Amino acid sequence: MIRSFGPNEVLFIVSAIQFTLLLSAVAFAGGMVGGFLVMLARVSQFKALRIAATAFIRVFQSTPLLMQLFLIFFGFDLLGWEVSALTAAAVALTLHASAFLGEIWRGCVESVPRGQSEAGWALGLSYFDRMGSIVLPQATKIAIPPTAGFLVQLIKGTSLASIIGFVELTRAGQIINNNTFQPFLVFGLVAALYFIICWPISLFARRMERRLAVANAR
Amino acid sequence: MSYQFNFGPVFAAFDSLLLGAWVTVQLSVAAMVLGLIVGILGAAAKLFGGRILRVVVDVYIEVIRNTPFLVQIFFIFFALPLVGLRLNPTQAAILALLVNVGAYAIEIIRAGIESISRGQVEAGMALGLGRIHVLRYVILKPALRAVYPALTSQFILLMLSSSVVSTISANDLTAVANDIQSATFSSFEVYLVITVIYLVLAMGLTVVFRQIERITFSYPTAR
Repeated sequence: MIRSFGPNEVLFIVSAIQFTLLLSAVAFAGGMVGGFLVMLARVSQFKALRIAATAFIRVFQSTPLLMQLFLIFFGFDLLGWEVSALTAAAVALTLHASAFLGEIWRGCVESVPRGQSEAGWALGLSYFDRMGSIVLPQATKIAIPPTAGFLVQLIKGTSLASIIGFVELTRAGQIINNNTFQPFLVFGLVAALYFIICWPISLFARRMERRLAVANAR
Repeated sequence: MSYQFNFGPVFAAFDSLLLGAWVTVQLSVAAMVLGLIVGILGAAAKLFGGRILRVVVDVYIEVIRNTPFLVQIFFIFFALPLVGLRLNPTQAAILALLVNVGAYAIEIIRAGIESISRGQVEAGMALGLGRIHVLRYVILKPALRAVYPALTSQFILLMLSSSVVSTISANDLTAVANDIQSATFSSFEVYLVITVIYLVLAMGLTVVFRQIERITFSYPTAR
């Protein structure tokens, strides 16, 4: 039976935004914590930590996000843990975000001149003081635009959670499309909703980047 | 943990996995070549085109970069037939990949062209090169060289995201894996193996891109 594409269908799709936002927020928050640790390991003075962090980053950057989702999803299954599609997707996207944010932030930290940290060391500051009061405050400023850019990637990436059965925006669209067969309207609406979420973040990232470029040119 | 890994059925079907990997490579290379053309034309339109053309290209870039690839594929595969553009899964996959990578390529190549100084173009003309030659050797080639790392990492991302085309049952690597997993239930094993194949493909592409760079862009810089 083919239903028509009415207000109820629109409402079903629009209300699925909350699950896209929820998954994005969890993965981004988790990715910030994980990415921070990966970044610290990546710039650490211990070689083993650096190698481990580099390997972690490489693996996540050189394999499809979809495979990362599948492996976590079926991996939980194999361990005998019953987890929801939301949990599996949140874990996979968190690891994914940790790798990417770790690499992005490494670049930001390394762009702070080495002499800054060395000067702190010469003044007898501890590792935490050097990182917390000298390096990170300067790196944070540079990190904002690429981090916002990655957030857009992450939000778009949550659409893949639909493939392992989590009902978020894209999956809601698929369900409605299967019932109404109005792909133009359905996927047009879904795309428009993603655009409304992502575009402001992209604009923000670009504005911050331009402001930074002006500040550096001075 | 009592789970017994069962890689047997996966390796029994290894031939079809290799075939799937070959399809993934073909889809990706087709989309890269076409995406590069879209990127060059789009960048030219943005830099030298009229107002309307520039707005059209800008809208294209923003729409593609701020919506998920999965939704773009669904739109192309399910919605376009309604306006008379009926594509088989392979054609739809290539079109979706090329439309997607094109938007990123335009911005990358535009940045490359903008990095070419006016003096360099004038020097080319002063040497008596024609418009086409200036465009090709003085602007485009150095511009592509300047953004080559960004462009190639975008291409590798394209190859990785091509796994998503399995959702419209194009017979790429992931789609083959889906078939094997539904026949054998060795889900984790299948996806682990093809993840390694993707990893190898990504590393292989990196090597190929480095060779292309050595052959194409091996002239010394002015700086």
